[in-house]
Amino acid sequence: MANSSIAQPTSRKGLFARGRGAGRQLEWWQQLLLQAFCLTVAVSVLFPIMWIVTLSFKEAGSARPLKLEVIPPSISSITLSSYQAVIEQPLSKSAGDISFWKLMGNSFFLAAGVSFFSVMIGVAAAYAFSRLNFVGRKLIFLSIGFILLMPGIATLAPLFAMLAKISTSLEILRIIYFTMAGLLVAGLALMTISRIRSDDFRAGSAAFLVGGLAVAALFLWGGMQIEIPKNARPFELGRSLYGVGLAMISGALPFAIWNLKGYLDTIPKELEEAAIIDGASPNQIFFRIILPLATPALAVTAFLGFMAGWTEFALTARFINKAENYTLAIALQTMTGQYATVSWSNFAAMSIMISLPVSIVYLALQKYIVGGLTLGGVKG
Amino acid sequence: MASAESSVERASDSAIPRPSWWARTRSSRTAYTYLFPALIVMSIITFYPILYQFWMSLTDFGPSNINPLAKNYTPPKYVGFENYQLILQDKLATKNADLASFKFWRTLGFNIWWTFSNVIFHVSLGIVIAVMLNVEGLWFKKIYRAIYILPMVLPQLVIATIWRNMFDGQYGAINLMLKIFLGPAFPSGGIDWLQRIEPVAFGLPLSYFAMLIANIWLGWPFMTIVATGALQSIPKELYEAASIDGATGWNKFWTITLPLLRPAMVPATILGIIQTFNLFHVIYFISGGGPLGQTEILVTQAYKLINNNSLFGIGAAFSVFIFIILGCISAITARISRVAESYDG
Repeated sequence: MANSSIAQPTSRKGLFARGRGAGRQLEWWQQLLLQAFCLTVAVSVLFPIMWIVTLSFKEAGSARPLKLEVIPPSISSITLSSYQAVIEQPLSKSAGDISFWKLMGNSFFLAAGVSFFSVMIGVAAAYAFSRLNFVGRKLIFLSIGFILLMPGIATLAPLFAMLAKISTSLEILRIIYFTMAGLLVAGLALMTISRIRSDDFRAGSAAFLVGGLAVAALFLWGGMQIEIPKNARPFELGRSLYGVGLAMISGALPFAIWNLKGYLDTIPKELEEAAIIDGASPNQIFFRIILPLATPALAVTAFLGFMAGWTEFALTARFINKAENYTLAIALQTMTGQYATVSWSNFAAMSIMISLPVSIVYLALQKYIVGGLTLGGVKG
Repeated sequence: MASAESSVERASDSAIPRPSWWARTRSSRTAYTYLFPALIVMSIITFYPILYQFWMSLTDFGPSNINPLAKNYTPPKYVGFENYQLILQDKLATKNADLASFKFWRTLGFNIWWTFSNVIFHVSLGIVIAVMLNVEGLWFKKIYRAIYILPMVLPQLVIATIWRNMFDGQYGAINLMLKIFLGPAFPSGGIDWLQRIEPVAFGLPLSYFAMLIANIWLGWPFMTIVATGALQSIPKELYEAASIDGATGWNKFWTITLPLLRPAMVPATILGIIQTFNLFHVIYFISGGGPLGQTEILVTQAYKLINNNSLFGIGAAFSVFIFIILGCISAITARISRVAESYDG
């Protein structure tokens, strides 16, 4: 298509060839055809998005649209009452009683917890796969790859059966929380004392100490949050968000390892070789060289894990049976389907509120994510 | 060569005392220290469940077999390969009347066709759009690129529920749009995209075509991004040389662009095949596998066995089938990518 304009420039090359083919102009009809094509594609991409955005700006509770409106008919017709309605009452009364912020909190807890945990221990494993040689390296890495091929749902039955077996009384759960907090504080104290003694207490250690204390405080707070009513049902792991989180880690961790290994492979070996000559140990290489360089990949992998967790549906729907543990994805699902009684504008507002936070971050990180995805793909 | 090497090794062994086992495994030990947390977690919640799954698939595992502390607890009964037989012979209805429309080979066939038909569109559209966007001198390139990435940016679950809403039989956006375009020719009752039982073409129901549209919308941008990256790394001199030799635009597309896109597109396509094969959200939320199970794929069927019908044992056996099938697919695709590699090199 573009050849007719290429045929001539050989003669004008000297004038216009700044950089690679800079300054080349399209014939007007080529530009027109291409613009028509690109516009058609753009409209088809935008159509569902605009439809749902326009729906969400309608009056709360407005049942179903009778006209096709892809752009709000007038500025005065725009109302945020659907958003307000969803925030006030996200589920229909029959579906259960939970506030929007609690739904969001549950989704966030699940997504952030899973992605943080899997990236933290995933990066160490990725380092081992990328840089160290050991017995069984290939076999373990390939089995991780095979797990990645499998859909999460394929291990739903055993995970559910296993996790549902684990239950404990609330008192013991509280003791576990307090013990965790105590162990953390003790460990941090030991670390700090030994650091101070060897005169190695730096800003990094201080940050670590503060972070550790914050986690310990979270455990303490969590333990105190547990109320023990009379005739309380025992805590069932398989029915809690912790259970869902564990089940999700079984897929998120292999993904994190695979993705991070792909990135670590691209960090030049020369940096480490120089460090080894300077007498660095594997630990020092990992913490002082690899980790700082891998920060963008860590962020992207954590975000992809977060995005998967934020809208995780299948596991949550199977495990969770109490409205207080519902997530945004479950709430959205109760709004869809042929016999759903929820109004379409409320559904649209909910869809947008679920998408907006992750979509904005995705757009911001786009450049890195795409690179990472294709990198992982090439390694596959 | 191998024997020569080992004899050299043996010779050096006798000359220098062999280092102790502890010293020899030093690097392995460091590695395993780094792997330790991940391996522990994965053995408990990834590898062990897979083994447990094989055992479950040989039992009649059901809801009453889960909690040993519950009052109605009974240990699951070993049934051998009965679950596998029930699945392959389409006799699941004996366990649950809901599953009367279940047909294993139809589900598998549909799953493969679903994957194939989608990925063909994703890759070809992806390449065409990337090539169009890459034309020099095109106006508004940046705006188009920003718009085209949107399907990737939105969560899949939300996309699926939105398309479900758009294909609604009465007030869906698609029907409202067709009403405008078709005018009086539009059927008065609306087009029931997702519920119409009788097949419309190729023996497939309308809901398949609805989901195809939705999933094409969802899938091509990834391929465009991969293709754009590859296109930008093709040196311009190749095209200039070709046009000096008198190649037309079409020639150049087939002899330069496509072959040079291949190293990037083959892995992306394989990734696409595996993702589409397991694409739970689109099927589960748009058609729900309906009507009458005609658009069920393996993962949605497995999920229903476990979630709706609580047939854990049968669900486990079904998942074992998924493992086996995915194993075959990955073996084939690994082969394809190796063939592609050797061709390039």
